[in-house]
Amino acid sequence: MAAGVEPILEVCGLVKHYPLTRGVLIRKQVGAVKAVDGVDFSLGKGETLGIVGESGCGKSTVAKLLVRLERPTAGAVKYKGEDITVLSGRARKEVSRNIQMVFQDPYTSLNPRMTVGDIIGEPFEIHPGAAPKGDRRRRVRELLDVVGLNPEYINRYPHQFSGGQRQRIGIARGLALRPEVIVADEPVSALDVSVQAQVINLLDRLQSEFDLSYVFIAHDLSVVRHISDRVAVMYLGRIVETGRDTEIYDHPTHPYTQALLSAVPVPDPGARERRERIILTGDVPSPTNVPSGCRFRTRCWKAQERCAREVPLLAVPEAFRGTSGPAAHASACHFAEEAAPVPGKGSGPGRHGAPDPAPEKGNGPG
Amino acid sequence: MPEQPYEPERAIAGTGMGGTMDLGASEAVTLDRTPGGPAGPGPADRPRSLWSDAWRDLRRNPVFLVSGLIIVFLVFISLWPSAITSGSPFTCDLAKAQDGAQPGHPFGYDGQGCDVYTRTVYGARTSVTVGLCATLGVALTGSVLGGLAGWFGGPWDSVLSRITDVFFAIPVVLGGLVLLSVVTTNTVWPVVGFMVLLGWPQISRIARGSVITVKQNDYVQAARALGASDARILLRHIAPNAVAPVIVVATIALGTYISLEATLSYLGVGLKPPSISWGIDISAASPYLRNAPHALLWPSGALAVTVLAFIMLGDAVRDALDPKLR
Repeated sequence: MAAGVEPILEVCGLVKHYPLTRGVLIRKQVGAVKAVDGVDFSLGKGETLGIVGESGCGKSTVAKLLVRLERPTAGAVKYKGEDITVLSGRARKEVSRNIQMVFQDPYTSLNPRMTVGDIIGEPFEIHPGAAPKGDRRRRVRELLDVVGLNPEYINRYPHQFSGGQRQRIGIARGLALRPEVIVADEPVSALDVSVQAQVINLLDRLQSEFDLSYVFIAHDLSVVRHISDRVAVMYLGRIVETGRDTEIYDHPTHPYTQALLSAVPVPDPGARERRERIILTGDVPSPTNVPSGCRFRTRCWKAQERCAREVPLLAVPEAFRGTSGPAAHASACHFAEEAAPVPGKGSGPGRHGAPDPAPEKGNGPG
Repeated sequence: MPEQPYEPERAIAGTGMGGTMDLGASEAVTLDRTPGGPAGPGPADRPRSLWSDAWRDLRRNPVFLVSGLIIVFLVFISLWPSAITSGSPFTCDLAKAQDGAQPGHPFGYDGQGCDVYTRTVYGARTSVTVGLCATLGVALTGSVLGGLAGWFGGPWDSVLSRITDVFFAIPVVLGGLVLLSVVTTNTVWPVVGFMVLLGWPQISRIARGSVITVKQNDYVQAARALGASDARILLRHIAPNAVAPVIVVATIALGTYISLEATLSYLGVGLKPPSISWGIDISAASPYLRNAPHALLWPSGALAVTVLAFIMLGDAVRDALDPKLR
């Protein structure tokens, strides 16, 4: 799954601020929650971009902005070169056929009072051009089949399914309109680990079958690594480091990424004792009151005066600019340097790969 | 892509799922099943929806059948009271006042010597009309206004919530005395209108809260991400999930409205004689409770059975609309 040449989705300077107001009759804006504060990335055809970050860093807001559930405060989301944030009415509806979402919680993302057939068939009712009326039931059965559910379940209700099966239903609904991009907002974090693997493998298989591009959002680093071609690490509304999966996982240069990776459980007890864990001090600053300069400086052990003055740009750091090694990827840090998260061992790829919850790729779901 | 059939993808799908052959076979099975199938009406043949499933469920629910029968019977005698009575509710004989049951007069006579059976049957029309119309009016007004306030939120919600507060502050009996005393017509409609006017805020609050809870669910976001219109989201996703508490409260309120009509009649601002209603008869019979309890018992019994029937019906409908309870 190599990155495509032509980006199918391009995000430029995406900003979402939620205003904080005070007053009953005369509302006065007293501040803003800067949920997303200048995010840029692009997604190639057939590519998977993983977005990781801790709770409250703006991952889910990015997902909502991509599928137009929220209006951005500034910035653009370009689908095949066209800014979709300014579209409305029919044009917007047309775009929604091509960018679909898979939700985090399979228990609230399916209407409990609709049959599975109605849930998966709803996209066809909203977009009558997608399938002729007489053909819809057949399509729904096929979709159930494609996501590994028995087509006979078409008349059942969501509560008759397990969490993993429900997530498959949610995926089938997302696939119904044959979109090109699927935004998956923590699609497996509500599931058991064994079921996570099945759903991840299903997403993997569907990607090659339908030539899908994924924006895969998660807080679980190992899950993201398993499925992603490229990874972006978010902190407090911004991307702090981005690169191919091996670049991020094996050669992180941003201190935040290094800290995140050092927190991943290591299954090997020997390696676990030898590795150095980076324990960050303090809490994530409030998104209403973002630190000046580098956002991470309040918790960073490398922070110096420069970090408070200058906002580090998301670019290949100077130290690695001439090189072509895996450390030469975009990292928003003034003092970016490569540090092996697990010292005392060579830095071969996959060495400190986190416990892989999923069995080998290519295995069909159970 | 209407001209591009699904088959190519199915073929690819097959390779991941255990062979195209299998899928071809399963498709053949699907086609075979459509005209009838071996096992009669197979489980997946007919598209089913919440409403058709609820109806299937209700038809087999004894509570629904009993309460439905009672309500059908009530509606029937409201429309054609003479079908089960021979006398006139206005033929009264003071000589028989407060007499007990006699052949042909199973419920006895009231304080004015009128036949209690005939009056109870004729009273159904007023009471059922008031109860049904007031409940329908309250439920519709309340759920539409409350639902929209919950859905749109912001200033709409603030304004509507303050208005409901104002209506909540009006005491029902005092409001009835003031507003209905100026009415001169002797029909049920001013009473119904008054009940809708004072009753909708109760349902409106419940509907508002219910809609606010439901609209936070991800399936609403999912529908929106699919490009669904507001109307579609409200009718297909919000309404079916928010309606349960409204049904429960409305059916309980139905009994209150029938009793309120009785109270207002008792105070002399509701319906006035010669109108016939259970409320009027109950209030007229209460002074003779010791001497002629039957004159109070029969109209109150009819009232109680009616209210119970509607509450049971509401419960059955609510349960049938919740797939989890099936």
